[in-house]
Amino acid sequence: MLRSAWRSLLHHKLRLVLSGVAIVLGVGFVVGTLIFTDTLNSTFTNLFSATTSDVVVTPNEDPAASGSGRASRNGPPLTLPADLLAQVQGVDGVAKAGGQVLADGVSIVGTDGTVLGTTGAPTFGSNWDDDQDLTPFRLTEGRGPAASGEVALDSVSAEKSGYVLGDSVSLVSPDGAMTATLVGVFRYGSSGNLAGATIAAFDTASAQQLLLGGRDEYTEIDAVASEGVSQEVLAAAVRAVIGDAATVRTGQEAADQAAADIASGLAFIDIFLLVFAGIALFVGSFIILNTFSMLVAQRSRELALLRALGATRGQIVRSLIAESFGVGLVGAVLGLGVGVAVAFGLQSLFAAIGAEIPTGGLVLLPRTIIVGLLIGVLVTVIAALAPALRASRIPPMAALRDDVAIPMRSLRLRAIAGGILLVLGLGAMTAGAMVGGGAGSQYVGVGVVAALIGAIVLSPAIAGPLVRILGFAFPRMFGTVGSLAVQNAERQPRRTAATASALMIGLALVSALTIFASSAKTSITQVIDRVVGADFLISSQTQRPFPDQVTATVATVPGVAAVSPVKIVPAEVEGQGAAVVGVDSSTFGEMVTLTFTSGSLAGLGTGGMLVDTATATGAGVGIGDPVTVRVTTGTADFTVTGLYDPAGAYSGYVVDAAALAEAGVETGASFLYVKAEPDADPTQLQEAMTAALVDYPTVQVLSQVQFREQITSSVDQLLLVMVMLLSLAILIAVLGIVNTLVLSVVERTREIGMLRAVGALRRQIRTMVVLEALVIAVYGAVIGLVLGVWFAVALQRTLIDQGIEVLDIPWLGLLLFLVLAGAVGVLAALWPAFRAGRLNVLEAISTE
Amino acid sequence: MTQDTIAASHESPTAGPAARAVELTKVYGEGETAVTALDSVSVDFGRGRFTAIMGPSGSGKSTLMHVCAGLDSATSGKVYIGDVDLTVLKDNDLTRLRRDAVGFVFQAFNLVPTLSALENITLPMDIAGRKVDQEWVDSVIDTIGLRDRLRNRPSQLSGGQQQRVAAARALASRPQIIFADEPTGNLDSRAGAEVLSFLRRSVDDHGQTIVMVTHDPTAASYADHVLFLADGQIVDTMDNPTAEGVLDRMKGFDGKGRRS
Repeated sequence: MLRSAWRSLLHHKLRLVLSGVAIVLGVGFVVGTLIFTDTLNSTFTNLFSATTSDVVVTPNEDPAASGSGRASRNGPPLTLPADLLAQVQGVDGVAKAGGQVLADGVSIVGTDGTVLGTTGAPTFGSNWDDDQDLTPFRLTEGRGPAASGEVALDSVSAEKSGYVLGDSVSLVSPDGAMTATLVGVFRYGSSGNLAGATIAAFDTASAQQLLLGGRDEYTEIDAVASEGVSQEVLAAAVRAVIGDAATVRTGQEAADQAAADIASGLAFIDIFLLVFAGIALFVGSFIILNTFSMLVAQRSRELALLRALGATRGQIVRSLIAESFGVGLVGAVLGLGVGVAVAFGLQSLFAAIGAEIPTGGLVLLPRTIIVGLLIGVLVTVIAALAPALRASRIPPMAALRDDVAIPMRSLRLRAIAGGILLVLGLGAMTAGAMVGGGAGSQYVGVGVVAALIGAIVLSPAIAGPLVRILGFAFPRMFGTVGSLAVQNAERQPRRTAATASALMIGLALVSALTIFASSAKTSITQVIDRVVGADFLISSQTQRPFPDQVTATVATVPGVAAVSPVKIVPAEVEGQGAAVVGVDSSTFGEMVTLTFTSGSLAGLGTGGMLVDTATATGAGVGIGDPVTVRVTTGTADFTVTGLYDPAGAYSGYVVDAAALAEAGVETGASFLYVKAEPDADPTQLQEAMTAALVDYPTVQVLSQVQFREQITSSVDQLLLVMVMLLSLAILIAVLGIVNTLVLSVVERTREIGMLRAVGALRRQIRTMVVLEALVIAVYGAVIGLVLGVWFAVALQRTLIDQGIEVLDIPWLGLLLFLVLAGAVGVLAALWPAFRAGRLNVLEAISTE
Repeated sequence: MTQDTIAASHESPTAGPAARAVELTKVYGEGETAVTALDSVSVDFGRGRFTAIMGPSGSGKSTLMHVCAGLDSATSGKVYIGDVDLTVLKDNDLTRLRRDAVGFVFQAFNLVPTLSALENITLPMDIAGRKVDQEWVDSVIDTIGLRDRLRNRPSQLSGGQQQRVAAARALASRPQIIFADEPTGNLDSRAGAEVLSFLRRSVDDHGQTIVMVTHDPTAASYADHVLFLADGQIVDTMDNPTAEGVLDRMKGFDGKGRRS
C-alpha cells in the first residue's frame, strides 16, 4: 500500500505542487516569523549584555521612575555619587572599577542636517573609558575623547551621519545645540549593532556636564574581579561595603535581567507576527483539505478497486495518510527555505516603516526547524484525515459502477452548528460593543474568532443559494456559459465554501482593520479640531524634551501672540505610576479647549489640578480632593479643581508646570503650543519660527493641519504593515482558487469536451471557468466584508473611551476590496481557464 | 471497387451530398509506431439518408465519423460538410460549424449534468446565442415523448431517456447532418429500439441526414444504407439492410476483410 501511495504522489505531480505550495507558504511564514523574532531578540540581548564586568552597581530603582534608570527619558537619570566609586574600588577582590555615565538625550545631526534616531530609539550620551574591561566600547578608529570639545561616535552613527575624523560634529544635548570634534569611532560590543540607537561619547567631565548637570556622579559602576574571585563572591563583598546605598548584581545577573526585559518587551512583536502566521497556516490548511478531498474524489474508483481486490479500510486510510505525510514533509522542508526569505522580507518591511532592524546574521535555531517541520506535517496529515476516512467508506462495488460518488454527509448538521456559532459570535461582538471598555473588547475578540469559525462551518450550507444570488446577472450577461459557471460553483458547495473561506478570512480582517484605521483617523482629526486651539505645534523629532531656550526664542518671533510649553513628567499619583502634564496655566486655556463636567480651568495657577473623568473615577478622586504628585526629586501637593471629558490623547492629570519645578523637576518641554497674532500670515510665521530655531535641528514647527497629518499618517503606516502581513493570506487564497479550478477542470474534462463538441468555442469555455472563479471569489469577499464591518463596528464601540469616538466606514474602499477580490478570482482563473480551453475535444469525450 | 459502388445513391436532386470525404487518410503516431486508421477513404453521405457505418473494432469506423464531424483532423484528403472544406478550417470556425451544422449523439455522457433536459436540448442554440425555434423544438420533444420530464436533471432520467434527450438535442438545431456514435451501445434492446425509431422517424418525417456508427446489426437495420469498414477501408456496402442480411454480410466479409 505504501508503494501505491508513492506512485499516486508521483502521478499527480500538479496537484502535489498546488497543495504543496500552500504548505510551503504557511510553514514559511511561521518559520520566517520565528527567525525574525529570534534575530531581534539576539540583537537586543547582545546590545544590553555586552558589558564584560563581573559586578554591576546601579542606583536603587525609584517607584516613581518609569522603567530602569538609564531608559528613563524624562526627568534626570538616577545616579550614584562619585565617592561610591572610590568605595567599590577599595573593596577587597576588586581588581579595578570604573564609573559609567550613560543617559538618553544627545542627538547627532548628520552632515546633511538630518537628525539621527528620529524613530524613538534611544540617543545616548556617554563618558569614555579607555579601559576595555570596563566598557563595551571597542575603538576602531582614532582615539577616545580626552578633553572638552572632543567626541567619539559609534561606528553605525558615524557612517550614517557622514562625519570623518577631525570633522566638527553637530550635536543636540538637553542644553541645546553644540559642536565637538570627532576624534574616534568605536564599535559597540561584538557586533556593533545598536538596533537604531546612537551613542556619542565624551570625556567623563564633559559627559557629566552634559547629562548630569555637572555633578560628579555616575549612572553605573562596573567592577572587575581579581584573579580567582568569583562574581558571586565579589558581589557579596561589594554589597558588604556599600550596604543598600545601591543595587549590586553580578555581571551574569545583569545580563540575564537585560535579556529577560528584552524578551518580554519583544513578546508583543512575537505574538503579533505569530497571529498572522497562524492565519496564513489556517487558511492554507483549507487548501490542503480541499486538495485531498478532490484527490480522493477523483481516485474513488481506483480506491474502490483496491478495496475490491482486498485492501482493508485501514490500508486505504494509511495509504492516504502516508501520501499526505510525504506532501507535508516536502512542503515543510521547502517552507524552511521560504521562511528565511520571509524573515528578510519582514526586516525590510520594518525598515521601510522606519523601525531600525538589524540586517544579516539571521538566527535559525534548531527549535525553528523542528516547529516548522512539525507544523507542516501535522497540518497536512490532519487536513487529509477527514477525506481519507471518507474514502475508506467507498464500497468496493463502486469500482464496477459508472458513476462513483463518495458518500457525503448531509449539510444540515453543519448548517445548525455553524449557524449557532456564527450567531453566538456576532452576539458576543454586539454585547462587547454595548459593554465597552476592556471587558467589551475581550467579548469582541472572542466573538470575532467564534464568528469566523462559525461562518467557515456554515459556509457550505449557504454557498449554493448565495452563489446563485451573486451570479444572478451572469446568465443575462454571458448566456448559457454564465449559467453553467454559476451552476458549477453551486454544484460542489463544500468545495466552493472551502475555496472561498481563505478569501473570506483575509477580507474580514483587512476590511475590519481598514474601517478601524479610518475611524481612528477621523476621530483624531475631530478631537484635534475640537480641542486644539493653538495655531502651531512645536515638537522634537527625537521625541525628547527640549531646552527652555526654545520657548523663549519662539516667543520673540514677531507675529507670535502666545507660547505655551507642555511638560510631560513621569510621576507617582495616588500610588499609581502616571504621566503628569505640566502646563503654563496663564496660556494653556488659549491653546486647548477642554470640556469640563465640573469645576473649571480657573484654579490651575493656584495649586489646582485638572483630571479627566475616567482617570478620576479610576483613582477615586473628585473636586476638592487633595492629590499628591511624587517625582524622583520630591513631591508637590494639589487640589482637584476641574473634571473634564477625556478626548483621545487629551486626558490625565494636568497641573501648573511651575509647581512641578518647585518639586525639583528640571524636564524641558515636550512640545510647545503657539498662538499666532490674528493678522499674522501663517506661512510666513511658520518660516520665521523655523528660521529662529535653526540652532535646534531636532525641533520642528508644525501647523495644526501638519500635526494632524503626522498622526494620521502613522495610523496609515501601521495599517499598511498589517495589510501587507495579511496579504500572505490573500496570496494563499489565490492559490486555493487556482487549485480548485484546475482540479474541477480535470474532473469535468468529459463535460467540457462534450460542450466543445456541440459547439462551445474555446473562448466560451475559458469564460465559463473565469466566471466560476469570479463568483467564488465574490462570495468569499461578501461574507468577509460583512463580518469585517460587524467586527470593526463592535471594536470601535468598545474603544470610544480610548478616543476612537467616530465610526467612519470607508464604503468606497470596501467596494474597492470587493472589486479587487473579484479581480483576484479572475487572475487565479486565467491559467486553469487556458488549460480548459486547450482540452482536446476527442480525448475529452473518450476519457475513461 | 469504384467510387460509384460506395456512393450513397439517392441524392437530393437540388444539391450535392450533405457530407463527403475525398481520399481521406488518417495516421496516428509517427515512424515505426504509426497506425493507419483510415486509408484513402472516399465516401458521400446523401441528404435525407440514414447511413450506418459498421465494422469490427479497430476498423476505423469511429475515426471516419470523428474526422467527418470535425472532431478530429485529417492526415491527408478532404472532408466536406455541404460545400465547406473542414480540413482548412481553424478551431473557432470548425467549432462554429459543429455548433450550427452538425448534431451529435454519443454513446454516453451526452448531457451536462447541471442542466435540465430542456436546457440540454437547446444547449447548442443557447451557446450560439441563437433564438430557439420553439415550434420545431416542441415537435421534437413530442416525438421523443418526454414532455413531462423536461424539468428533470439527467441524473433523474433512465439511460434510454438520456439518449432520447441527446437525440432531441441533435435534432433541435436543425443541423445539416447528425453523427451518432454507438448511440445504443449502453442501452438494453427496448430502450435502444426507442432511440433508433426516433432517429428513423426524423429521417422519414423531416428529411434529416444521419450517419451512425454501430457494431449492432439490428441497429444497422434501421438505416437506409450500410458501409462496411475493415482495416481503414470501405470493403462493402448494402442498401435497405435487414438485421439478418447485415449479419450475413459481416460473416461473409469477415474473412475477406482480414487480408493480412
